[in-house]
Formats: sequence, C-alpha cells, structure tokens
Amino acid sequence: MSAQSATGGQGRGAAGGATVRERAQLALNDDFLRKAVRFTTERLRSGKKQASEEHGNWEAWRERGRQIRLHTIAHLDYYLNLFADNARANGAHVHFAFNAEEAVRIVLEIAERKAAKSVVKSKSMVTEELHLNRALEQIGVEAIETDLGEYIVQLAGETPSHIIIPAIHKNRRQIAELLSEVAGETLPPDTPVLAGFVRKKLREKFLEADIGMTGCNFAIAETGSMVLFENEGNARMVTTVPKTQITLMGMERIIPSWADLEVMATLLPRSATGQRMTVYMSGISGPRRAEDADGPDEMHIVIVDNGRSLQLGDPEFQELLNCIRCGACLNACPVYRHIGGHAYGGTYSGPIGAVLTPALNKDNVAQWDDIASASSLCGACYEACPVKIPLHDMLIYLRRRKVAQGYSPALEKLGMKGFGAVMGSAAKYRGALRLGKLGQKLVARGGVIKARLGPLKGWNRYRHAPSLAKESFRDRWKTIEQEIRHGLSEIEAARARSRLEAALKERDNGGGGGNGHG
Amino acid sequence: MRVSLFITCLSDALYPRVGEAVVRLLARCGVQVDFPARQTCCGQPAFNSGYWEEARQSARTLLEAFEESDFVVSPSGSCVGMIRHYYPKLFEQEPAMAEKVRRLQQKTYEFTQFLVGVLGITDVGAAFPHKVAYHPSCHGSRLLGVKDEPMALMQSVKGMELVPLPFAEDCCGFGGTFAIKMADISGAMVTEKTDHILDTEAEVLVGLDMGCLMNISGNLRFRGSPIKVMHLAELLDEGVKPA
Repeated sequence: MSAQSATGGQGRGAAGGATVRERAQLALNDDFLRKAVRFTTERLRSGKKQASEEHGNWEAWRERGRQIRLHTIAHLDYYLNLFADNARANGAHVHFAFNAEEAVRIVLEIAERKAAKSVVKSKSMVTEELHLNRALEQIGVEAIETDLGEYIVQLAGETPSHIIIPAIHKNRRQIAELLSEVAGETLPPDTPVLAGFVRKKLREKFLEADIGMTGCNFAIAETGSMVLFENEGNARMVTTVPKTQITLMGMERIIPSWADLEVMATLLPRSATGQRMTVYMSGISGPRRAEDADGPDEMHIVIVDNGRSLQLGDPEFQELLNCIRCGACLNACPVYRHIGGHAYGGTYSGPIGAVLTPALNKDNVAQWDDIASASSLCGACYEACPVKIPLHDMLIYLRRRKVAQGYSPALEKLGMKGFGAVMGSAAKYRGALRLGKLGQKLVARGGVIKARLGPLKGWNRYRHAPSLAKESFRDRWKTIEQEIRHGLSEIEAARARSRLEAALKERDNGGGGGNGHG
Repeated sequence: MRVSLFITCLSDALYPRVGEAVVRLLARCGVQVDFPARQTCCGQPAFNSGYWEEARQSARTLLEAFEESDFVVSPSGSCVGMIRHYYPKLFEQEPAMAEKVRRLQQKTYEFTQFLVGVLGITDVGAAFPHKVAYHPSCHGSRLLGVKDEPMALMQSVKGMELVPLPFAEDCCGFGGTFAIKMADISGAMVTEKTDHILDTEAEVLVGLDMGCLMNISGNLRFRGSPIKVMHLAELLDEGVKPA
C-alpha cells in the first residue's frame, strides 16, 4: 500500500552512520528529508484522525481489533496449522522457514527449479527483512519492485524508510531525476507524467516475469486465504499474471476468519492513510482453477519465523506480534518526523521498528543499537496504534534488558548509581542540593546556566538551563505552612471535608485510582 | 483526613514557587496539605533509562513518606503517571510491596485531577487578563487521561483568552534523560514546539508538568523570546491574588 508523496528536497537518506546518533545527525542536517517526511506524515496522521472521527466508534473497534489479535497470537500454533491445512487443500505449497537463511533458500530453490529469469514483486517488508532481492540477483534472477515508491527506492539503491511509504524521504524533483536516468530522457517533476512512465515501464516487466512475489496483510485461517490491501493494482497484477506465485508472510499475519477481517479492514486503511478502504483489496485462495480466467499455475506460501517466536510466552513483548503494519505509529511519532526511517538502522523504522528490531534479535543484546533510547516515551505511538500495542512501555523494557545484561555506558552507570544513592534518602538528597547550590555559583547568572558543561553540554546547545532555587521548597515549607494556616476558610474546609470523605468511601468500594492509560 | 503534597524533585529544587501555588490554592479550597519530608523523587529518570534497582531506591522514599496519607497531590502528570502506571511493574518481583504500591497508586492524584475530580472545583475565582496557550503534557494526557480537567479550570478564568496551540498534543522533546542522551533529536523537537508557540502570539504558555515547561521555557529563553512560561497552579494562584 503506497501513495508516494512528491514534495521535499534533495535528501539522500540517513543510512550512512554507524550509530543511531550519527544517523540521526545526518538526517537532522538534511532539511529536504525533514521537510519531505514532515509533509507526508502530517498528511497521513491528519487523514487518520479524520477517518477515525468519522467512523464514530473508533475506540470500541480498536479494542475489538486488539482482542482479535490477542486471541490469535495466544493460539497461534492452532491457527497456523489450520491455515496451512486449508491452503494445502486449496492447492498451495506451504513452507515454514525458521530463519532468514531458510526462507531465502526455499525461494531460491523455487526460482532455480522454474529456471526463472525475472521476478516481479509487490511491496513486502518481510522480503526486505530477508534481503531477498540481493539473494535473487546473486543467482542471476532480476527482482523488480512494482510498487511505485518501492520501485523508486530500488532505483536509488536504498531501502524503504517507511513501512507503507517506502520513498517518503524523497521529493518529486529527486524522483524525476532517478526516472529520467531510466527513461534516457529528461522527465518533468510532474506526478502524472512520472507515474505514467513507471506504469508503462512496469507493464513490460509484468508480462515477461516468471514469478510473482508478494507479502501478505492478513492470512485467513478458516479458508487458507491471503488478503492484500493496495492502491496501485500492482499486487493484483503480480498475483495474476506470472505462472508461479510466491507469498512471503511473517508467522503472525494470521487472523481466524473472514468475519475478523471486517474489523481489520476497518482499522488498517484508516490507520495507514486515512482511507476508508484501499483502492484494491484482493483475497487469494490458491492457484488458478479450471474455471478461473487468470491466476498462477503454481502457488507457494513461505511462513517466516525469523525471531518472531521469541516473543511468544514473553509477557513484555508478546503483544508485539499483534502489529498489523499500518505505519500509524511512524506518522504519529515526533522522533520519526525529525529523523526519518533510515536513522533507525533496521528494516522496520519508527516506534514499531525501534522495538521490533531488537526484539527479533532478542538473544543478542550485544548487537543492539541504542535505538530504544531514541524516544521521549511520549506515548503517541500507543495512542495511534489500531491494536493498542504499548510500544512506549516496551521501549523501557528494552532499556532495562540492556542495562541488566551489562551493556550500559560507564558514565551513565555511575550517574545512575549516584542517583539511587542520593534519592534513596531524603538526608542525602538535601546534602546534594546544598552541594549543587555551592557548585552552581561558578556558572549560574541571573537564574540561568548557559555553560555547555557535563550533562548540560547537549541541553544548552538548544536551551538555557534553570539554576537551583536559592531556597528549595522543603527549605521554605515551615514558612509556607504558617502562612496557609491563617488563611483557611471554615466554610470551604467543611465543604472539602465532605468531598474527601465521599472520595474515600468510593475508593473503599473499589472505585477511584487505577493504573493509568486513561 | 490527611492530604499530602508530593512536590516532585524538579519543583522542589528548581521551581518551589509551583509547590507554593498548589498549597495556597488548595488552602483556598479548604484543604490544608502537609509535606512529608522523607519524599525525594518518583524514580523516573532511572526507571526510564533501564536502571530499575536505582529507581526502586528512590521510589521507596515515596511509599514510606505517604504511608499515612489519605490523598497525595502532585503538580506533575508525569510523576503521578510513574506511580499509577509503572509502580506495580517496578515492584513486580517484591510481592511484599504489592499492597503498599496499590494503596499509593489509588490515593495519588495529579493536581487538576484532585481539584476537579475529587474536590469538584472548576472555578477557583481567578482572573487573568492575558493571551494564553496551553501545552498538554504527554504523560498527563496519555498515561493518566487528564484532558478535560485543565480545560475546565482554564475556561473558568475571567478575562483569559485561551488561544489554540497548533499540534498541541505533540511531545515537546523533553523525555527526561532523552534530552541529554539524544540532545540533537530533543533539540529539534523543542524547537518545533516553540515555533508553534511563537505562532500563537500568546503572552503566556501554561502547562501541568515542570519537566516539559523547563524544556520549553529554556528553549524560548535561548531564542530570546519573552513569552512567560507558567504551571497552571501558578497561573490560578496569581489570578486569585488581590490586585
């Protein structure tokens, strides 16, 4: 599903840096990239907001979506078996791949058996995760992306920087330059012209391809069917024209029934682009039958684990498998808006990527980038998520796991030890305040500190820091207490007392309090 | 009936005037608060950075300080969110603490939650003849669901013009240690926030959390803007002062 935006500038993405900080810095210095990403994410999130308001009962449907996903993942073994049995009964070949290597091997074997020269693909994040295009090219098979955005990214030799808008970081002028190279003539930066050129170019590729390859938005267990949502019609071409069809899907793409799809089909397009429905929604149940006008003769479904099963039975991360890849968390995320997708350094970007990338690689904490720290924990991702995945909580759990395994910077560790010691006792805290007030005499002027020193180095590049108050609240408390004792009105006090007593009574009856999340 | 103030470390050390405003306003509404001095910090800086043992060291001071209180009121949605949303998880491995945690969770309120939700007061009788923009803090509005309470209080202030802040719900980029660790991303976020604030031409920016407000006011000062940044408690307190 992709509608390529056409604004912005000359951004080359931010994939170059070794750490999240370096990659973020590259993106932050790229005004064109930031402008392009801001423009499109703002359009998408305002579209989503409008679509969910128009829906009228969004929160209830969001909860239904969550319940369907929770139920499916809790019984994933059952529904996967049911799906595989039904898909096989429909005439499809079903393969299970434990990791990326296995999935790639399965696909390459099919390509070799078919003596395939070219593969047309419709956008699939799983094949990005497997680096499948590169593997196909190594055995001499041309793999062509047919989603407009993905085609552009492929031409540029880049990877998608957004789950549903792969070329979100590029502007129209830059796209015209890329396509002009393919065309051998200068194409104007005009969206209908550019899209028209790609449509014509890809039409040839569709007709000559030996294999069609797609991802899968939802796999329906009760009938062994796969459902695809898209706006360009390329996925339908990919699944109907070539003789052989391969679907790659993460093992969590399952939902039990077509009735459940109604809920998902309500949540997904609205969350992704603000559309009530995508232009195309295809349901595919097996290869071509005698009475069908078109469709592949041979159909393969490769179900990929690749770290997903590590989340099963982990109470902190199992809900990660509920994700329906709508991209709403990316569009809502203020960090993503400023640094774009490549800064995340993995296949998946934004809040979901920041959690998914380390979670899929859970056993190798040493390899984790510091991506989980690149979040202010504002919770906009949770609020946007159509199945209510608590990504902001998961980011904290990732940070804790990293610290627990000993992968924390020495200085930070020392600072936190100090924090624990000082904040663990009011006496020590008071002492630290006294010391701080002495120390700041060197740097504080007129209530602010401007020096870029120690922990204030980064802070003061963008701000002035406040200095510690001459007298802390606890220093002043005795004075304040005297002051209010005189001003208390008897009438107000009686009124307040009755309200407080009522609140206490309600609390005793089980009301009040609560643990947050609205 | 014992109502206690949880001042938060930030207001205690940097913004004692916010605590004073809360105490004076509550007294005006008939509630005399006390201040258990054993309290330090909710532990959020360590918790959010992954250092949970250190967070527990800090959190225990609150569990002890407010043991005898019937209500705990705090001028921060973030610190209250920490208690209400995360303390059960933080102390999950210590079943002996579960009851203490549950009691603190139940009796802790963000300042406007307490004023509006418990005391049933939306008009404190304040007048504030200025143009004001409001930044809803993420943890208060998203973790606690505090949205209507500050609105009701602000709409009752006489003479105040509340101007809409574009993209108000976007994070200001504070995020505690995030602003130190990822200083440039945080800097880009706060700059975008103050761009929007400057667009409103408000005289005052008001909010419910001194973390966010320290971040925003620090950037406004850095940019040379004279916009005044206030906690809502300060604004209401100033609004009820005899002229």
